[in-house]
Amino acid sequence: MALAKRIIPCLDCDKGRVVKGVKFVDIRDAGDPVEVSKRYCDAGADEITFLDITASHEDRNTTVDTVRAIAGQVFIPLTVGGGIRTLEDIRTMLNAGADKVAINTAAVHNPEFVREAAERFGSQCIVVAVDAKQVSAEDAPKTWEIFTHGGRNPTGLDAIAWVKKMVDYGAGEILLTSMDRDGTKIGFDLDLNRTVSQAVQVPVIASGGVGNLEHLAEGVLEGEADAVLAASIFHFGEYSIEEAKQHMASKGIEVRL
Amino acid sequence: MNKVAVIDYGMGNLHSVAKAVEHVGRESGEEVQVTVTPDAQLIAAADRVIFPGVGAIRDCMAEINRLNVGQIVEEAMKTKPVLAICVGMQALMEHSEENDGVDCLGFMPGQVRFFGNDLQDEESKRLKVPHMGWNKVTQTQAHPLWNGVPDESRFYFVHSYYVESGDKSKVTSTTSYGREVVASLADNNIFATQFHPEKSQTVGLTLLRNFLKWDGQT
Repeated sequence: MALAKRIIPCLDCDKGRVVKGVKFVDIRDAGDPVEVSKRYCDAGADEITFLDITASHEDRNTTVDTVRAIAGQVFIPLTVGGGIRTLEDIRTMLNAGADKVAINTAAVHNPEFVREAAERFGSQCIVVAVDAKQVSAEDAPKTWEIFTHGGRNPTGLDAIAWVKKMVDYGAGEILLTSMDRDGTKIGFDLDLNRTVSQAVQVPVIASGGVGNLEHLAEGVLEGEADAVLAASIFHFGEYSIEEAKQHMASKGIEVRL
Repeated sequence: MNKVAVIDYGMGNLHSVAKAVEHVGRESGEEVQVTVTPDAQLIAAADRVIFPGVGAIRDCMAEINRLNVGQIVEEAMKTKPVLAICVGMQALMEHSEENDGVDCLGFMPGQVRFFGNDLQDEESKRLKVPHMGWNKVTQTQAHPLWNGVPDESRFYFVHSYYVESGDKSKVTSTTSYGREVVASLADNNIFATQFHPEKSQTVGLTLLRNFLKWDGQT
């Protein structure tokens, strides 16, 4: 087994600025996604995920400029998510230099969009992002439901059936966020991740809940994740990408060192 | 002035490779002009040519045939260094299993095959398809494009179909994913990679820098 498990830092951006705070002491402008991306790339990040949370459509041009600027300086794969609703949105982001786009809400509203996107641009650049929440009772077999709008809106969709459908429709990768764990720092929902990973043929990125390096290793070893995504533990300088990789390597996980 | 043409036939993200080549040129202080174009004359006027490709082979081949890209590549292959990347490499083969079977350009002997849905590693653990991520590349023969690239370096791959070369002597590197997989091929002044050098950080940029200097000899 030589393929490395990937470590993916995630930048949440609003109007072209990194939000949720990045606190590197030795960085000139911690709000500049280009500088932050370059920093992660130099530190050995395997990919960068750029999540656009800009609310208004007008400000999205800034996002395109930002993606273009990152792509001009960062020579590892770049995934752009947030507000991807049309084939034109995808084309714009790919032309700006994104390698993949992550589709979330638009897929729930119109699953055919994923099929059209995969047919037009290829599965390799279509990531379907899902936000899942456990809905089963304590003592019942675990089930999870898909939520939208940051976990506020239930959809009635069973998470496992949904990701299978998305892969059938052409998703090349699944970005799986546990809404129960997001922001908690108590670790990934390993049962959720393992169940999804076993259900589909494509790679699964675990997201939501990372608080320490052991959580990253667990995500791979117990959650069967192909890649692990984290934001705050890297942004606040608690751990570096190098430390994360060293830790994972010490647990016998293949990483790119 | 080192003129590089990236052949644009409307398939996906060609800007990554153009930006990576510009970056490499800037860093080495060389004047490099990168043109992303479908224009046969501009491509003919370039010093070297990059033949990229992403997405499904049927759509790629349809556009290649519609825009007569095959002839453009064939002309370039006669006279100047050519770098084919990912589906660009697959398009050089004879035939691909993708999309229920698609005839390719047939400029190099070989078939493009599906990894399959039950791919396993040597320990019988299931492997995901597409093969997506950083894998070790074993250099199987010396080549100017490997200068400064350590053997067993990790490059970035993303593909569900792989090349089965009809001429093992053309294979310049391999990787392992459930089976031995061709990672790159070379034939005279053409070098073709399954991985994406433009997305493979330091080692990928080194390979691109080597390509900018390459005279097409081996």
